[in-house]
Amino acid sequence: MSNNEALIPKLGVVTDIRMDTPDVKTFRVNAPEGGKLFEHMPGQCAMVSIPGVGEAMFSITSSPTNKEYMEFSIKKCGCLTEWLHQIEVGQQICVRGPYGRPFPVETEFRGKDLLFVAGGIGLAPLRSVINYVRYYRENYGKVDIVYGSRSAADLVDYREIIDEWCAEKDFGVHLTIDREQEGWDGHVGFVPNYVKELNFPTNKVAIICGPPIMIKFTLAGLQELGFDKTQVYTTMELKMKCGIGKCGRCNIGSKYVCKDGPVFRCDELDELPNEY
Amino acid sequence: MMYKIRTERLPELFALAAADKALYLPVEQGGQVEFRPWSEGAAVRFDALNTVRSAKDLFFPQTENLVAFRTEGKKISIIENADTGAPFGLMGVRSCDAKSFEILDRVFLAEPADTYYKARRENGTVVTLACHEPEETCFCAALGIDAAESADGDAASWIRDGWFYLKPVTAKGEASVETVRPLLTECDGADDAAVEAEKKDIGAVIGQLPFSKLDLSRFRGENMLEIFNDPRWKELSAACLGCGTCTYVCPTCQCYDIKDFKTGDGIQRFRTWDSCMYSDFTKMSAGQPRLTQVERFRQRFMHKLVYYPMNNDGLYSCVGCGRCLRKCPISMNIVKVAKTLGGEQNDEQ
Repeated sequence: MSNNEALIPKLGVVTDIRMDTPDVKTFRVNAPEGGKLFEHMPGQCAMVSIPGVGEAMFSITSSPTNKEYMEFSIKKCGCLTEWLHQIEVGQQICVRGPYGRPFPVETEFRGKDLLFVAGGIGLAPLRSVINYVRYYRENYGKVDIVYGSRSAADLVDYREIIDEWCAEKDFGVHLTIDREQEGWDGHVGFVPNYVKELNFPTNKVAIICGPPIMIKFTLAGLQELGFDKTQVYTTMELKMKCGIGKCGRCNIGSKYVCKDGPVFRCDELDELPNEY
Repeated sequence: MMYKIRTERLPELFALAAADKALYLPVEQGGQVEFRPWSEGAAVRFDALNTVRSAKDLFFPQTENLVAFRTEGKKISIIENADTGAPFGLMGVRSCDAKSFEILDRVFLAEPADTYYKARRENGTVVTLACHEPEETCFCAALGIDAAESADGDAASWIRDGWFYLKPVTAKGEASVETVRPLLTECDGADDAAVEAEKKDIGAVIGQLPFSKLDLSRFRGENMLEIFNDPRWKELSAACLGCGTCTYVCPTCQCYDIKDFKTGDGIQRFRTWDSCMYSDFTKMSAGQPRLTQVERFRQRFMHKLVYYPMNNDGLYSCVGCGRCLRKCPISMNIVKVAKTLGGEQNDEQ
């Protein structure tokens, strides 16, 4: 028993760091010999660690269609993430994964019109799906993206959104910020309200990620528009240690968010105790 | 085939069994009986009913190293654990603890299997021991576990009238018995009758224990939300100190933490038991889904009585060993929870 394989990380190296917002950086990670550490599907996560500092679960924000590297968009909000925000290109880190149930991009999403709703760093897991959909554009219908944050400076991946997503065929990109600010001529207001104002037709699959309160109100808003919970997907965040359904930390009801999630269809959440 | 040896000659049997591999059994040290490796002169206590901590330590140790790291500048080297494991024997395991291994197996051997746990399960030979004198805190019968003859383990044993009876039940058990065969006498019909009488006597005691008829049938998936939302969790948990003692003595609690320790010349990543009774168990920088002890307390019992069975063919994650009944500083325990929330069929008890 030389190795407890499932819990032993691989060595990765940070090959690029992009400052997205004042508290979000996107880290590009490669295997030390180049290429990707492992393959994944949109919505899956990985455990990233700095030995001696900590290990935590992050969604993989790059699309699996990116064959060169993986990316993690990480908000500075705790012990490990503060450390990560101080590292420089060339730093080696430890990564294990991928973990969890991905978004059903090849089944339930296929052929459908898609509505992505994200708040703040909640864009990170959805970016993987959005770029996957862009890569296999012919497999999906119209795409709408509603994305909001506290201020314009807090919009993650702003350049990619403006330069690439807005230019994509049949892509509707709807940005909003919480409060008026100078130089912003776009929409102002909270994401759930904006989703209702946009009055989307209900022949879509909706995918929501953001702070719990945003998810809750956006789901309610979509239901007011006539969406059924079976059309709405979200991805959850709970504390995790093992990533393989054994350490007990992310247990809700009979589910483990690390392996049965993090992606859930909203009607599935109704069957779980309300403890997330 | 069953074998026997006089109980006063057991030290010879232990010495022979421990000659080529570690042998763990209930040993008293400093007034406390725990599973410890046998050595010459060890105070083996086959009469002590339950060890303070369960036998799960042997397969899922309280702490164990996973991997080590060295860092230099931006470089990290990963140093794999060189612990290769070795065969060992485990004697004097009660039916409750033996059943707990199956409960842990369903977690740790599910794909992807925990390779450390799996190796220890393969390396370990378990000899169970019937409970000559079950205690008032025992309620294994309510969980369908037979204190008189374990359905788990590689060999079963009984002690009656100065004889130790040993019966291998698996190939691994046969092989282990073979190593001590020179000390054993083959049993005859009279011995079989003695063991049957022992089982019958144990059964009679079990039938009279106060919690043997505890009815857990309300605890199942279809009642999950109703039980979860029961207002009585608040009063049940009101005095809970959140000390986590129940989880540390529990044979089925399997939650763990992974932490790093700076050793001086590197970093050791280790796994350690953890408890859902602790506030930092679920605390993230993004928030805390279980804000008070009510939620933490509820999680522990919901997991044992409802969530785990939902994923494991109705098998409860409790073996009725009674350790939590004896050790909880506020005398709150799974029996009280089950009686309170388990429906009126428990009112008489």
